Amino acid sequence: MNPWRHPGLWITLALTLGLGLWPVVLQKAALRETIFTILLSVALASSLNIILGYAGYISFGHVVFFGLGGYVGLYLMNTLGLSLWVALLAGGLAAALLAFLLGKAILRLRGAYFALATIGVNEAMRAFINNFAPFGGATGISLNFKVYQAYGGAANALWLVYTILLVTTLAMILISHIVKNSKFGLGLMAIREDEDAAEVMGVITPNAKTWAYVLSAVLPGMLGVLFYFKNGNIEPGDAFRLSSSIELLVMIMLGGAGTVLGPVIGAAGYQALRGFLLTNALFKNIQLSVAGILLLLIILFIPVGAVGWLRRRFPALRRLLP
Amino acid sequence: MNVLQVSGVCKRFGGLHALSNVTFDMPEGQILGLIGPNGAGKTTLFNVIDGVYPPEQGQVFFRGQDVTGAKPYRLARLGLARTHQIVRPLNDLSVRENVMVGACFGRQGLGLHEAAKTADEVLAFVRLEARAAQLAGSLNVAQKKRLEMARALAARPYLLLLDEVLAGLNPSEITAMVEIIRAIRAQGVSVIIIEHVMHAVMNVSDRLIVLDYGQQIAEGTPQEVSANPRVIEAYLGDPKLAERLLAST
Ligand SMILES: Nc1ncnc2c1ncn2[C@@H]1O[C@H](COP(=O)(O)OP(=O)(O)O)[C@@H](O)[C@H]1O
Ligand SMILES: [Mg+2]
Repeated sequence: MNPWRHPGLWITLALTLGLGLWPVVLQKAALRETIFTILLSVALASSLNIILGYAGYISFGHVVFFGLGGYVGLYLMNTLGLSLWVALLAGGLAAALLAFLLGKAILRLRGAYFALATIGVNEAMRAFINNFAPFGGATGISLNFKVYQAYGGAANALWLVYTILLVTTLAMILISHIVKNSKFGLGLMAIREDEDAAEVMGVITPNAKTWAYVLSAVLPGMLGVLFYFKNGNIEPGDAFRLSSSIELLVMIMLGGAGTVLGPVIGAAGYQALRGFLLTNALFKNIQLSVAGILLLLIILFIPVGAVGWLRRRFPALRRLLP
Repeated sequence: MNVLQVSGVCKRFGGLHALSNVTFDMPEGQILGLIGPNGAGKTTLFNVIDGVYPPEQGQVFFRGQDVTGAKPYRLARLGLARTHQIVRPLNDLSVRENVMVGACFGRQGLGLHEAAKTADEVLAFVRLEARAAQLAGSLNVAQKKRLEMARALAARPYLLLLDEVLAGLNPSEITAMVEIIRAIRAQGVSVIIIEHVMHAVMNVSDRLIVLDYGQQIAEGTPQEVSANPRVIEAYLGDPKLAERLLAST
């Protein structure tokens, strides 16, 4: 089947575009902030889904790429005075490079050992940056307000950041779909199902895993630049917060790992739930516990996630649910 | 030309000598039967040939090339394919996708489109075409054995290693599978077959190698091997072995 004729892809893209254009049409900054959070989660969860959902390697410390990208980006913009565009590229490249090196080192580990190693990497990176003077050590980097001038002031810069995020998110959904319907993706899914059998059938597993890891790291690196540019400052504690990684995991599991649509639905659903919990007096302080319990319930009862469940239950929906 | 040469291969697991000094040449286009009691080292020999375990000593040549210690994916791309004694379906992928993996990453390294065509051909050949769209995990054992076979064949290998593809099948399934194996050889593919279903392996093999406790205790045509006293001893000293085996061919 021709993957471009997959109606589910176009529906997903159209819905995401519609969601993204909503605040633009209404010109509402508050709404834009809400959608920003959702789109960011959609893009990050879709990225993580490549290594987690397609190749079956659970990266618990994926936020390390987001944080590293943010640091590299802010450093280049603040200290070297480079443009946001260069910073975005550099953030993506830095994350890709880290993933490539890590891939060679820790992707040999299987299952829980890999997951644990990714946590170790995240903690090591936090400790390193905490003591790395060019990146401001424990205090981090605060963006000089003048940097925003080049983008028509802070208010305009926020719209620019939002537009870039929307384009990136759409691109990521497309990439996720292309990978899933490619020979490369077939190799990854073979690895997920049985790595030894995949190797015997000729999948060059070390390479496939490394490139999947790199691919799932590039966008988080770029989005880190974007997010911390918008945020104005970055600190080690925030940049490498393990709970952010776990939230991404919850989103993917909620929507359905290994599907194109799953991380999109899961991220949107999770952020909607989180918004509700944060504004609710009872749950405000325990929203992370709720996320943890949610993850547990999904793994116990619907390990394939919402999209996976629907696909199994109603095979006729397969074309609509990529 | 020899499609495979195994020379002086030794493989130990801790103190256990799973393979001791195994040596044989395999000319192209033959079916070589590999027999021996459980635990004799037959599967281990497959694992050494296809690179799952590097041997401690000895060498393996595939189509004249030294592949000792090469990774399984390298051998797959050179034209070696195998089935697993304990089936290893990619459960969450469809039967067709399973076979496409073989076609995409095997000797020919086909693109997805071509691989899908090859997969459908091969599935028809092993009579599994009706299951193509089903998830591999939902097949029964006999069907999973055919899937193993289809995946290996889709790679269009020069040499095919079959590890007990008849075990657990009923007599009519065995007959069907034996026909498939003959048809594979007719296509010019060399085959090594590990089998406990004696009448089948005697029937289908050009030559046999007998392993016992990792040692190569006999080698020759089915007639020669089944009359060999060491073979009879290895098989629980059944003096009527030769008679029984040849009777059923
Ligand atoms: N991965 C392994 N680790 C330790 N021992 C093994 C391993 N694989 C096989 N063996 C041992 O090697 C011997 C040969 O096993 P195997 O090659 O599977 O025999 P066969 O296929 O002839 O029944 C057996 O004693 C088995 O227990
Ligand atoms: Mg065996």
